Amino acid sequence: MNWGEFFAMNGYAWYIWGSFGMALLVFIVEIVMVRHRRTLILQQLHLMGNAEDL
Amino acid sequence: MVPWFACSAAIMFVAGLYISFFVAPTDIQQGEAYRIMFIHVPASILSMFIYLVMAGYAALGLIFNTRLSSMMASALAPTGALLAFLSLWTGALWGKPMWGAWWVWDARLTSELILLFLYLGFIALHASIDDPRRADRASALLAIIGSVNVPIIYFSVQWWNTLHQGASVKFTGTSMHVAMQQGMYTMMLAVWLYAIAVSLLRVRSIILERESKTQWVSELMEIKR
Repeated sequence: MNWGEFFAMNGYAWYIWGSFGMALLVFIVEIVMVRHRRTLILQQLHLMGNAEDL
Repeated sequence: MVPWFACSAAIMFVAGLYISFFVAPTDIQQGEAYRIMFIHVPASILSMFIYLVMAGYAALGLIFNTRLSSMMASALAPTGALLAFLSLWTGALWGKPMWGAWWVWDARLTSELILLFLYLGFIALHASIDDPRRADRASALLAIIGSVNVPIIYFSVQWWNTLHQGASVKFTGTSMHVAMQQGMYTMMLAVWLYAIAVSLLRVRSIILERESKTQWVSELMEIKR
């Protein structure tokens, strides 16, 4: 079996790669959002800490 | 703990995908399309399981008034919602070639859709109340009442005459090829570990957001620098 046949999935390519692709997309988006949220709160706390020192 | 769960999730995903696509044989009736179940089944099962865990944490927070359990419930909700969405999405992509329809108002599909709405309702209700402790209590009530839906999803294929097939994995005699089972269990473990890692990372932010005025947070090394 070559790669072309593998990706064609016997005619089900859209359905199969649509499923796994969406899963991959959802996981990546979730990880990016969760990490972004952490960066934001750390920045905010950092600013609050600096404000108190003034 | 987050890196441990994240790394083991990544390893299990690689192993699970390898088994799903290269080891597991082609299905006699469904051809290659059945491979969608390697992501569909874990997403569906975890979406139900996470809901129960979330409702459990919410209930603990409601009964014992513990802040951390309510925060954990809020951290689990988005992950559960995404998995419920994935379950419906991959189900639709499987349903089109196999049943000839993206969607049918079948008992199992409908109750899984309700699960997605329960997650979204939980998140929306929590976000709409300014006082976090009141938000915890209100959304906990929603989560607990909504947990009635989980057994409905699970047993829907037995209780009603549905288009959705029954469970292929049973305690006594499974009607699946060994490699298919291995692929599914590995993928399930991968999604499970992923869900733990991402929820723990999220709850860390929630803790910092909600405890930002306390002494211990302002004394954290990461913030002082």
